[in-house]
Amino acid sequence: MFGMQSETNTVDHAEVSKFEAMANEWWDPHGKFKPLHMLNPCRLDYITTQIAGEFGRDLNAPLPFAGLRLLDIGCGGGLLSEPMARLGADVVGADAAERNIPVAQVHAERSGLDIDYRNTTAEALADQGEQFDVILNMEVVEHVADPLGYLTACRILLKQGGLHICSTINRNPKSYAMAIFGAEVVMRWLPKGTHDWSKFITPDELYDLLQQARLKPVDRKGFVFNPISWSWRISDRDLSVNYVTASVSPQA
Amino acid sequence: MHAHISLMSDPSDITIVGGGLTGPTLALALANAGLTTTIIDGLPRDTLADAAFNGRSYALALAAQRLLQAIRIWDAVEDHAQPILDIRVSDGHAGAGPSPLALHFDHAEIEEGPMGYMVEDRYLRRALLDAVDAIPDIQVMNGVSVVGQTVSQRAQVYLDDGSMLDTQLIVGADGRQSGTAQRASIRRNGWEYGQTALVCAIEHDLPHNGTAHQFFMPEGPLAILPLSGNRCSIVWTETDENAVAINALNDASYLEVLHPRFGDFLGEIALAGRRFTYPLGITIAERLVEDRIALVGDAAHGVHPIAGQGLNAGYRDIAALAEVIVDAHRRGEDFGSLLVLERYQQWRRFDVQTLALATDTFNHLFSNDNPILRMGRDIGLGIVNAIPGLRRGFIREAAGLTGDLPRLMQGRPL
Repeated sequence: MFGMQSETNTVDHAEVSKFEAMANEWWDPHGKFKPLHMLNPCRLDYITTQIAGEFGRDLNAPLPFAGLRLLDIGCGGGLLSEPMARLGADVVGADAAERNIPVAQVHAERSGLDIDYRNTTAEALADQGEQFDVILNMEVVEHVADPLGYLTACRILLKQGGLHICSTINRNPKSYAMAIFGAEVVMRWLPKGTHDWSKFITPDELYDLLQQARLKPVDRKGFVFNPISWSWRISDRDLSVNYVTASVSPQA
Repeated sequence: MHAHISLMSDPSDITIVGGGLTGPTLALALANAGLTTTIIDGLPRDTLADAAFNGRSYALALAAQRLLQAIRIWDAVEDHAQPILDIRVSDGHAGAGPSPLALHFDHAEIEEGPMGYMVEDRYLRRALLDAVDAIPDIQVMNGVSVVGQTVSQRAQVYLDDGSMLDTQLIVGADGRQSGTAQRASIRRNGWEYGQTALVCAIEHDLPHNGTAHQFFMPEGPLAILPLSGNRCSIVWTETDENAVAINALNDASYLEVLHPRFGDFLGEIALAGRRFTYPLGITIAERLVEDRIALVGDAAHGVHPIAGQGLNAGYRDIAALAEVIVDAHRRGEDFGSLLVLERYQQWRRFDVQTLALATDTFNHLFSNDNPILRMGRDIGLGIVNAIPGLRRGFIREAAGLTGDLPRLMQGRPL
């Protein structure tokens, strides 16, 4: 059903077992990426609904995203790249951290998925003239030095009429309490110093940046954590901590 | 280990071990969402379809009936189903009839309609088999047994005819002694009650008016559940010793023992179908999931058949598992992975444990002739009866409408 990895791996055995251990860590629902795994169904629900809507695809059909070229920026262990490939998209996973690439490759191979993982950045891909129908830009923009330059590179990478999905964290006292004090200090979900609160962006600021990058924002929603059910849901109104936006590259 | 294995050419997304009532129901729910399944059952097809199951019936809660509607088999079952309009629970002594303080649940107190339906095994099974046959996405393999299973990036099921099925997920719907659970080294906890359920259907002179009765006798509970026409299903619990003695009687003597236990309100009675016996016990799987393996129905939790909650709990498993699988599949997630299957376990585990504990406590409390316990029971029943809010809560619980209901049980599509 899925294309198999065609190239043989040339990395030596000790390296491979190290990467396999790291891949297991990335994909362990109870391991150090637990918060991402908890959020993932919510992120995927938003992403799949937006792509299906923008490109007129039926999520009940086999391989609904066939024919779409998709870039996952900050792909990590492939938590978003793999589902997108499984839905039929032609996926490039990019990560600036070199060590993530073989880890993601090992896991994709194990899952029987063909994904083009590259140690590169959005800016470098734009310089190479790469073009995509969909860009996933999830939990990245709060970590970059020049958000406008970065979002502009994303727009250049997008085909006309392409879809750009960007999630990040709001900047207010509540997001400080939840994301930094809650997730990093109390729960130890994330390593201390993962986030720099001053780099957080409000939804209005992000809309403004997207427009300056000549993208057209079309939707925004909140990802809300419920500590009672211990799960995430999508909210139309509550964008106070985690939120996601969809924007399109205007037709010429 | 497995020499000369032939690989089935067209692997299904999901392989279901067990072709009883839960397995085919799950296959139909998944087929509606575009997933392919193979059902494996050790019994030959004609055994499953034959009339030997006459006399067995189930009290389907409203939520379970909605699941049958969602998988489009309710129409085929409805003509033979009897709505349960009233439930009366009372404490009794053989020959003495119900005690004066009794619980009375009337469906008019909740808005959803009847509290549930009595459905006979022969009609439900027939409807499921016919529906499964009509769907090309469901393959059925009868008369073959599973002899092994392995799990890696996908799962493999080995059959006693030498063939092997490659699949993304194995679902164990193979009953209280689930081989799927054993092969996955999932241990079970459980105990026997020293009680046996005697089950039969009767015909009677007077109408039952859609009322279900549950009498709590010192030997164990006696349920009288209305079937279509002037017929009822009897589930009658006795100590193992008594049950053996009663079961050895001929039909006429059997009825002579049974009749005085619930009095004359149905007039003359006669047997309508076969008599069955089931030893009672609880058996609960330690885990409901493993990587590429999920357990449903009795394979996950075999409970005391008190209040008819066994099949209803199995149907809740199916509605929850189908929703978890289909949602994950639409997101592009690997639905056989432990990451996804743990969502099903988290959803069902609390319910399963509560159910086992509640039926067990209920049974211990009521299968007792201690006069103080009896008095406490009667007062307790009277209190529940006297408080409308509490009574409505019990009715909704009996109808299966409480808790975090899967979409299929809310009458919504997957």
